[in-house]
Amino acid sequence: MSGLDALDLARIQFAFTVSFHILFPSFTIGLASYLAVLGGLWLWTGREVFHTLARFWSRIFAMSFGMGVVSGVVMSYQFGTNWSRFSDVAGNVLGPLLSYEVLTAFFLEAGFLGIMLFGWNRVGRGLHFFATCMVAVGTLISTFWILSANSWMHTPQGHAIRDGRFFPEDWLQVIFNPSFPYRLAHMVLAAYLTTAFVVGAVGAWHLLRNGRNEAARVMFSMAMWMATLVAPVQIFAGDAHGLNTLEHQPEKIAAIEGHWETSRGMPLFLFGWPDMEREETRLALGIPHLGSLILTHSWDGEVRGLKEWPKDQRPPSTVIFWTFRAMVGLGMLMALTGLLALWLRWRGQLYDTKLFHHAAVAMAPAGFVAILCGWITTEMGRQPWVVHGLLRTSDALSPVPAHNVAVSLAAFVVVYLIVFGVGVFYILRLMRAGPETVHVPVPEGVRAAPMRPLSAAGGTVESGGRAR
Amino acid sequence: MSIDLPLVFAAIIAFGVIMYVVMDGFDLGVGILYPFFKDRGDRDVMMNTIAPVWDGNETWLVLGGVALFGAFPMAYAVILPALYLPLMLMLVALIFRGVAFEFRFKAARTRPLWDFAFAAGSTVATFCQGLALGAFVQGIKVSGRGFAGGTFDWLTPFALFTGAALVAGYAMLGCAWLIMKTEGGLRDRLFAMMRPIGLVVLAFIAGVSLWTPFHDPQIMTRWFSWPNIAYLSPVPILVALLGLGLVRAVRRRHESGPFLYTLGLFVLSYAGLAISLWPDIVPPDVSIWDASGAPESQRFLIVGMAILIPVILGYTGYSYWVFRGKVRADSGYH
Ligand code: HDD
Ligand code: HEM
Ligand code: HEM
Repeated sequence: MSGLDALDLARIQFAFTVSFHILFPSFTIGLASYLAVLGGLWLWTGREVFHTLARFWSRIFAMSFGMGVVSGVVMSYQFGTNWSRFSDVAGNVLGPLLSYEVLTAFFLEAGFLGIMLFGWNRVGRGLHFFATCMVAVGTLISTFWILSANSWMHTPQGHAIRDGRFFPEDWLQVIFNPSFPYRLAHMVLAAYLTTAFVVGAVGAWHLLRNGRNEAARVMFSMAMWMATLVAPVQIFAGDAHGLNTLEHQPEKIAAIEGHWETSRGMPLFLFGWPDMEREETRLALGIPHLGSLILTHSWDGEVRGLKEWPKDQRPPSTVIFWTFRAMVGLGMLMALTGLLALWLRWRGQLYDTKLFHHAAVAMAPAGFVAILCGWITTEMGRQPWVVHGLLRTSDALSPVPAHNVAVSLAAFVVVYLIVFGVGVFYILRLMRAGPETVHVPVPEGVRAAPMRPLSAAGGTVESGGRAR
Repeated sequence: MSIDLPLVFAAIIAFGVIMYVVMDGFDLGVGILYPFFKDRGDRDVMMNTIAPVWDGNETWLVLGGVALFGAFPMAYAVILPALYLPLMLMLVALIFRGVAFEFRFKAARTRPLWDFAFAAGSTVATFCQGLALGAFVQGIKVSGRGFAGGTFDWLTPFALFTGAALVAGYAMLGCAWLIMKTEGGLRDRLFAMMRPIGLVVLAFIAGVSLWTPFHDPQIMTRWFSWPNIAYLSPVPILVALLGLGLVRAVRRRHESGPFLYTLGLFVLSYAGLAISLWPDIVPPDVSIWDASGAPESQRFLIVGMAILIPVILGYTGYSYWVFRGKVRADSGYH
């Protein structure tokens, strides 16, 4: 066969499916909160433009949410199908966390999603706003639990090990494990930024077509405020996250930095090719002392190098060196965009600087790319462990033959590319159609919808009001 | 500590599974019936009856999976690899039917394709669930704490039979649901379909009930030895009564009757299955106590479940109430 064993295939399958999955939540977490804000502003100010925007984005939300759900269901079964030893060994700890995610988050989202998407004319504005808030809160609760579970795998604590299996001892310690607060903050900010740059790009695109478009102005302005305010916070949160990682997973930091010898006054490499075989970073181009300065906040701080760990415990530096730099670079670009927007706003040129609008359109995928790069850094940086320091990935596998994994992996690749390709295409089409096309005024004072069919409609109202 | 936690969790998971079966059952059933309705307006109506609720319904499937993971990690670690291929196929099928809800209304030229994806996704997902159920009932080979069987252990005549049975069963649920939610000519045709589907389902129930005991002498003695046979006889008798009630409700064109009778049939069949398998969580040898996870995990989880499940049922009920009443072609959204 291809020379890949069941372990490689299962890892590829997990990485592939989860990477697809995370793209949708990243966007829906931010968009749900954005829709809640729009709904609140509409209630508060009564300005029709907020209603128009809410209608517009909720269609896009529906698409993204649907794809997040179907790809997520796959994830929750994957632990059992591909990583059954892991499930058995760590199930006592992780199972309850994921169960709480379903109980507190998924049901909440699903329960109110129907009202949020289909209930415009069936419930009052206040209730509709409430439903939107519940969906938004649900996405954040979901993030809380899943990241707690994931963080525990990076920085496990609060458990005992008996007969090679994990048993929870202190749930608060398990949930609030050392890397969790950092990861949670970093991820939520990442989701918000991702959404902001998508919303900003759509706004900018329509501004380029028509600078007078009020809805486009409003969304562009809102998105740029997010960039201005949140991107710098994200850099700060990322820095704090890195310091936390240095404390708990120093080999990950060494790999991220392509740093081999424990030393003082470590440079910060901007470029290089960490070579796992030769145990050095080739073609390195760095700024002296900056590495130590960032990581230890002192000019001559000591940072441990990869050679301190046996070869079979070193994370693959070559990859994560670059994914990390891509993420940080994009973070800097986002902050720069935010600053520029602030400056243009101050000069009163935010809505008519075409060059800037083009730049904002180009930044649309920035958040997604940064998030994937961030996750690859985090997860590959944990290798060869599934549960850091305690359970190796190779001991976590299911006793299923490689060809089963290969067949299902091939099916997932084909299906995901088709289905999610089409989904993204529809989303782009909706975005291009723009907010004007959705204007559906709600008659004043509509409460519950008529339970009997409107006799006037006579069943012939073509699906004209529906999305196109 | 006198509460038997594994028992409580077995009950909760059993509850989650029947919730799933019934609720996503009618969603999937609507998809299974799709090919019988060619008219675009009819199809819009059919889909709109379930569009606001399908996501919540599918969440019970996720709950079933993770609650098993949380309370019986060993069972989760055995059952999922054992049913690897059918489950993967089910997931893929669920992807198609799930995205069809959104895509279908966006598509113009490709709409027939998404109609097909919806129908085929629903049918295949259902068939795989039935297949998995059959394979599960037949038993899974275990050694130590892991699955020890082969890749195609699940592929048996019995499992294929239960697969087909579930397709018929969900179609019946879907048909009964649609009778409640639609009107006019569409409803008339659904009424006409209800009786043949019902008879097929009753035949399947009889078939599965007679076939199951032959897998395991224990199941045989459980049902057919004295005095059990007397205690358990209400189960088949009730099934027969419900079947009669169903036929009558259809004849009188009662709108919610068929759905209620169908629910009754599902609950009874499920109870029959539970009686056969008790107390195994991985038939034929692993009991709920053997597979139980750590008590400290179960205790942590039970607190949340006791509070949250009623709340979930509450707002789920509210959402159904908001969308009560008949659905028409133009009552979609966006
Ligand atoms: C709760 C658990 C959890 C969560 C939330 C995530 N992961 Fe993870 N990840 C795992 C649990 C895990 C795992 C089950 O533990 C894997 C499988 C093999 C392994 O070593 O870890 C893994 C592997 C893994 C790999 C392969 C690494 C390798 O084999 O070298 C990648 C690229 C990712 N993940 C990416 C992600 C992304 C993009 C995520 C964002 C959603 C993500 N992970 C969330
Ligand atoms: C690898 C581990 C993961 C698993 C097992 C998993 C599981 C799931 C499942 C089963 C669903 C569908 C729930 C439903 O039916 O409504 C889902 C959706 C979701 N997941 Fe994940 N997920 C994972 C990673 C993540 C991460 C890392 C995040 C957030 C940072 C996340 C956030 C969400 C959100 C917000 C949803 C709601 C649907 C959406 O917004 O698209 N998930 N996930
Ligand atoms: C510019 C400054 C940034 C810094 C210094 C930074 C730092 C870090 C570090 C050190 C990690 C790895 C933590 C670990 O594995 O233990 C990480 C992970 C991650 N980053 Fe960043 N990051 C930055 C910007 C961004 C941006 C802009 C995004 C997305 C919009 C992002 C998204 C992520 C994600 C999704 C992860 C994986 C989840 C996690 O471990 O939190 N990061 N980041």
